[in-house]
Amino acid sequence: MNKGISFTQAFFTLLKRDLQIAIRHKGDIFNPLLFFILVVTLFPLGIGPEPQVLSRVAPGIIWVAALLASMLSLERLFKADFVDGSLEQMLLSPQPLSLMVLAKVLAHWILTGVPLILVAPLLAVLLHLDDNSYGALMATLALGTPVLSLLGAIGVALTVGLRKGGVLLSLLILPLYIPVLIFATSAIDAAGLNLPYSGHLAIIGAMLVGSLILAPFAIGASLRVSTN
Amino acid sequence: MVEEKTATTLVSADNLTCIREERILFDELSFHIQAGEIVQIEGPNGSGKTSLLRILAGLSRPYAGEARYKGEDINRCRDEYNDDLLYLGHLAGVKSELTAEENLNFNLRISGYDDFDSTAILNKVNLSGFEEALAGHLSAGQHRRTALARLWHTNCKVWLLDEPFTAIDKKGVEELEQLFLQHAQNGGCVIMTTHQDMSIIGDDILRKIRLDYRFI
Repeated sequence: MNKGISFTQAFFTLLKRDLQIAIRHKGDIFNPLLFFILVVTLFPLGIGPEPQVLSRVAPGIIWVAALLASMLSLERLFKADFVDGSLEQMLLSPQPLSLMVLAKVLAHWILTGVPLILVAPLLAVLLHLDDNSYGALMATLALGTPVLSLLGAIGVALTVGLRKGGVLLSLLILPLYIPVLIFATSAIDAAGLNLPYSGHLAIIGAMLVGSLILAPFAIGASLRVSTN
Repeated sequence: MVEEKTATTLVSADNLTCIREERILFDELSFHIQAGEIVQIEGPNGSGKTSLLRILAGLSRPYAGEARYKGEDINRCRDEYNDDLLYLGHLAGVKSELTAEENLNFNLRISGYDDFDSTAILNKVNLSGFEEALAGHLSAGQHRRTALARLWHTNCKVWLLDEPFTAIDKKGVEELEQLFLQHAQNGGCVIMTTHQDMSIIGDDILRKIRLDYRFI
């Protein structure tokens, strides 16, 4: 009986388990994605089909929809584990807690963030997004959605013990999401005007690195408080 | 309170006070649990048994006092303690979307083991033939056994078990009792709550810690 599991193996064990559970529970993947697609497709119907108007508002619509879709899916990040007691086991396991929450957040991003990134260009066509902006759209989504998952996880960890934490969760997280939204949409706008947008990307990248390093500790500490 | 730091003291409580919903569950509770002891925490519903176990596991913080592992505050030696602790709450920590075998594999791997034969372990808890069954489709007792299976492959010394016998049949309870005795003989300790009478572990071996329901 040797304890021969390395940190990397523990990380991938947890990642694999979360993906496995989600695959057997397909609604969890499709609900946020469907929400994203529905919101974006409803806008042209609501504000009329003029290409100029649509391409002007396209970055904002796509990003706001992505942000709300990501928030919609957040709640179940720790809820199921909290309800069936697996979270307690995770807190008491000999593996470092921050490593394990990072695995859970990564699983969450693969299940909700990656599908959003993949369908975003299709929806951008519907909104007449400027041809120059596609690169910026993909880059901001690729860098920005992990930030949404990481910051959101802190809020979820804080509210997981509450029975009706939904509203509180939105209030806690939305202010943290706003910088990502601002820099992402202005990067896409800049790209549409053929201006350089690497500065915006660098700031979103910095947010990603910062939250990647700090969020796991905050999530771990919040989970300990929530299960107290 | 005399400091008692013998090498065999695994878990100790030092003046623990717990307050829930503005009610004192217990106060200034102190005890030492040595290697080789089987301890039953008894008391009526609502007397704080689960709260005490959660405090000893480090999941909850006491209002006052501290829980210690080998004489050191568990918050200060958490890594070391978690490495030596097996806690099973009354929530089993079994995922209903995974099969019995996947659940066991996950639980053991996340506890750090990589050299186990899950089929053999499931066989020991009478779950052979159910390896591929989703835990959500198992009966309550089998669900519980899936969680308990990890007791058969562990080198943790401290076992904290909250109602381990719930939904387990008589034969299963006897097997568990035997396992507890064996664990105690190997230098471990078992701290559990249960309302069930045990047949193999007699009163001469079993140490009881009594919590009373208090109205203040």
